[in-house]
Amino acid sequence: MTTIDQAPPVAAAKRDKSRAWRKMKKNRSALVGAVFVLFFAILAASAPILPIIDPVATSWTAIRKAPSALHWLGTDDLGRDILSRMIWGARASLMAGVFSVAIAVGIGVPFGLVSGYFGGWVDMVISRITEALLAMPFLIMAIALAAFLGPSLMNAMIAIGLSAMPIFVRLTRGQVLAVKTEDYVEGARAVGLNHFEIMTRYILPNVFAPIIVQATLTIATAIIAEASLSFLGLGQQPPSPSWGSMLNVAKNFLSQAPWMAMWPGAAIFLVVIGFNLLGDGLRDALDPREA
Amino acid sequence: MPVYIGKRLLVAIPTLLIISIFVFSLQKLLPGDPILAMAGEERDPAVIEFLRDKYRLNDPVVVQYFYWLGGVLTGDFGISLRTNQPVLELILQKLPVTIQLAVMAMFFAMLIGIPIGILAAVKKNTFIDYVANVLALTGLSIPNFWLGIMLILLISVQLGWLPASGFESIFVDPVRSLQTMVMPAFVLGNALAATLMRHTRSAMIGVLSADYIRTARAKGLSPREVVLSHSFRNALLPVVTLSALLFGELLAGAVLTEQIFTIPGFGKLIVDAVFNRDYAVVQGVVLCTAVGFILMNLIADVLYVLLNPRLRATL
Repeated sequence: MTTIDQAPPVAAAKRDKSRAWRKMKKNRSALVGAVFVLFFAILAASAPILPIIDPVATSWTAIRKAPSALHWLGTDDLGRDILSRMIWGARASLMAGVFSVAIAVGIGVPFGLVSGYFGGWVDMVISRITEALLAMPFLIMAIALAAFLGPSLMNAMIAIGLSAMPIFVRLTRGQVLAVKTEDYVEGARAVGLNHFEIMTRYILPNVFAPIIVQATLTIATAIIAEASLSFLGLGQQPPSPSWGSMLNVAKNFLSQAPWMAMWPGAAIFLVVIGFNLLGDGLRDALDPREA
Repeated sequence: MPVYIGKRLLVAIPTLLIISIFVFSLQKLLPGDPILAMAGEERDPAVIEFLRDKYRLNDPVVVQYFYWLGGVLTGDFGISLRTNQPVLELILQKLPVTIQLAVMAMFFAMLIGIPIGILAAVKKNTFIDYVANVLALTGLSIPNFWLGIMLILLISVQLGWLPASGFESIFVDPVRSLQTMVMPAFVLGNALAATLMRHTRSAMIGVLSADYIRTARAKGLSPREVVLSHSFRNALLPVVTLSALLFGELLAGAVLTEQIFTIPGFGKLIVDAVFNRDYAVVQGVVLCTAVGFILMNLIADVLYVLLNPRLRATL
């Protein structure tokens, strides 16, 4: 029988990590995904220092100009440079993706942990609420929350985070149920550790791999959700740039300025495909059944 | 079977109650006092008191909830602030439009997703499988409102083949209806096709490695018969139940598609309501979508039992 001083969680976690990393490096599509994500992340982070035109500066002499040497991706209906709006829009999209998933993980994982660990009526109450929230389609719930909270990027992130949260409750609960009967958890209990210590030091590290995979895939969904809310006018408010709101304006000028619609959508597509490839790669690397 | 359905309906009751609490609570998130907004600029205290009494805002929140729930259970979802119509009437008006769109989208999703899924499974780890996986990943990653805009740009603006917007009921003018709905249905069905393709592929791979398939091959059946008669029928089970579940999601996905193609359905109703601050309509739509979603879950479960002889025998 495994005893607590053999400390399997830490040693096994280290071993798993290096095996997962080796598998990740061999997975070409995951690497392509990582490159896409890194590219947009660097672009978003360096927006303030890049030598680009002010994204909100309008120019009445440059309205709806096709791509040229001065404006590489053209200009919009107010003469604003699309390239710089795209770069600043990347900040809104990535921030929304990461923050809303952080909210979902930050609330969902502790609830899932408590629900799976304690069981009984605590589990029953949390599970029923989770089921009810899962019965409400993600986007409808995000739209309703964003509508009642008021339109802004912050409220859109909160709405998306809360809408994505039940997935993490359910996932974490399921993982905890599988792990909590392991010998090392029993051992931790036997040496008198309290519930909080057992949950945070012994259970959480061992259920984190699928949570990371789900979080990566949910960032992709959250980016599309933010773009959808901004497209509907419930996310980033003008004149601040966001890919979704750029598409919202662009749809009114399809025949006169098609380039206005092409770039923001292509950017959403590439960053979302990046996170999806990365998430799939992480799943393959971290799933013990694939070992 | 009726006992099984009855049990499943009973299980759905607490879920529905929690959803109703959530939907009711939404209105409490609103900043400011709605009565002050309704009382006009004069804000006569007598009018304010009258309105508070009328809308039972002087009662405790729990009492307010039960009054609201009582109304909902009797079909009273409130009155739309904008059109002065009962919310339920508005929803019932718009729902058939979205259902038509969702059915057509599901048709496209199955037409594309299932055959490609079968092909990818049969040709596992070949170039065809690789292309099918890339297609599925693309379908899942492409924002459907952008796909809609690009299709309008190409097919309506550049080629002039199909109208960019509008709606006609299939019962009034079937040809015009199909013309206006083909593009939106394809856009809405696209992500679903990707999901169906992935599930069909993995279900087929599981079935193709089963012993009875080896037996079917050994007794000399053609590959076509093995795939279509023996494998697909057994792989169909998870795909059918998944389709029922996805149909619920289609109702939600219709929000953006209807917005782009200006289709006067359920999705457009919620977006318009949001912008007109018509909160009773927003609540009504959220509640109806959740009920529809739970109903589709129930249908998926029942289908699963009906289609699976082993499970049917246990009932």
